[in-house]
Amino acid sequence: MSHNDPSAVVAAFLQQRFPHVEIAHDEDIFALGLVNSLFALELVMFVEKTFGFTVPSDEMRIDSFRSIDAISALVDRQSATV
Amino acid sequence: MSPMAASTERVPTDRAAARCFARTHLAPLATRFDQAGSIPSETLDRVGAAGLWAPFLPVGYGGQGASMLTVGQVHEEIGHACSSVRSLLTVHGMVSWALLRFGTPGQREQWLPRLAAGSVLGAFCLSEPDAGSDAVNLTSRAVRDERGWVLHGTKTWITGGQRAHLFLVFARTGAGIAAFLVPRASEGLTVTPIPGMLGTRGSMLARLTMTGVRVGPDALVGPDGFVNGMVMTGVLDFGRYSVAAGSVGILQACLDACAQYTAHRKVGGTALRDRQLIQAKLSDMVTDTRAARLLYEAAGRLKDQGDADTLMATWVAKYFASTAAARHAAEAVQIHGAVGCTPGHLVERLYRDAKVMEIIEGSNEIQRITIAADAYRKDVR
Ligand SMILES: Cc1cc2nc3c(=O)[nH]c(=O)nc-3n(C[C@H](O)[C@H](O)[C@H](O)COP(=O)(O)OP(=O)(O)OC[C@H]3O[C@@H](n4cnc5c(N)ncnc54)[C@H](O)[C@@H]3O)c2cc1C
Repeated sequence: MSHNDPSAVVAAFLQQRFPHVEIAHDEDIFALGLVNSLFALELVMFVEKTFGFTVPSDEMRIDSFRSIDAISALVDRQSATV
Repeated sequence: MSPMAASTERVPTDRAAARCFARTHLAPLATRFDQAGSIPSETLDRVGAAGLWAPFLPVGYGGQGASMLTVGQVHEEIGHACSSVRSLLTVHGMVSWALLRFGTPGQREQWLPRLAAGSVLGAFCLSEPDAGSDAVNLTSRAVRDERGWVLHGTKTWITGGQRAHLFLVFARTGAGIAAFLVPRASEGLTVTPIPGMLGTRGSMLARLTMTGVRVGPDALVGPDGFVNGMVMTGVLDFGRYSVAAGSVGILQACLDACAQYTAHRKVGGTALRDRQLIQAKLSDMVTDTRAARLLYEAAGRLKDQGDADTLMATWVAKYFASTAAARHAAEAVQIHGAVGCTPGHLVERLYRDAKVMEIIEGSNEIQRITIAADAYRKDVR
């Protein structure tokens, strides 16, 4: 598992946080009821630390964090800007 | 700023510098602050001159770029001398942290240098008469119009409210609960002092009544929506961390006072310290103080690494440290007997201050609910 495959890294993080829940890569984690404000901040901190960027304020929206695929796309967008 | 404060030499903020400051400028006056129910401007200026208000802010904003580990250690040392001043540092730090993490460049430029210097004091306004632990049910509201936002509602138990210049106010918008910067001078804002609290009596609590308070569009901290809950969570995390560290300061102060008192006080011709029941109490104080310190310092290191595990580590540290502080402050009074029940005695103040630590920044019941929820989420296989 390398950072070349952000979706695998994000999936592993979610798996560790919610060991009892199977989450498909395109599944809406907000609709699953997994995201409260505590977990939202944990998720943002995880993404920032793991992928080495600060989430810009225009990316601080649900759509950027809605699913493993969405987070992976966010990482790709940020990697493209550096 | 008073001339005396201006002449105080600024040394890099760390545990040793904070200890020196606290023992020189706070500890000798803390009983007076408690009895007066306020901290004099001269002392607040000294805190600013020593660079203690928000040392974690970057140098570019007038801070010192101190690590969160150092911030915790500073708050422990200040809490050892005076929980009222430590409480002011807590809420001021919460406002500063919110702006650093979620503020726009304009908000940061406008406020952070002044928050770093302490020429602007911040206060954190979440609680309402009918919403405390259940902050999600708060009823203050912010309505958007073409000129900005208009706020209505009542906030209560606001630490530093009597003196603060800038309030971070949480209010309901269409999208959730958002945070707003409300300057004290805003029209429609009334501040009413709340005197005589049980503990942290010098921390100048107030009630805020907002009747059509108008603020600009730039008063909102963080984009409205997804970020709303995160601002509250992040700010409370800072507050909890500070209270955990401050509670360790109370624990250490209990230990210091008890070790000193039992060395001299004789009962039946024998110094109390030679009694095994007293030794048992002291050994528990030592152990809990060290354990609580390790917990908050571990949480601080995780913050410095940007590790998401810091959030739960901070809940655990605050729960452990505040309950230990309340337990051992009660024992400290017990060990001192009637002397410890005397108005103005150190352990009498520590006892009252420690109780407050179990209620603020998430009461102990809420701590336990959150810690248990995390255990069920992660640890139960
Ligand atoms: C000295 C002091 C300073 C403060 N400073 C500030 C400040 O600067 N800014 C600010 O916004 N607020 C401040 N507060 C308010 C503080 O945050 C609240 O007191 C705290 O959140 C608890 O809310 P409450 O007092 O309304 O108690 P309530 O929410 O009414 O709770 C009463 C009791 O019920 C318990 N309880 C609640 N829910 C549950 C549950 N689900 N299960 C079991 N028990 C439960 C609580 O733990 C508590 O023991 C301050 C309070 C004090 C005492």
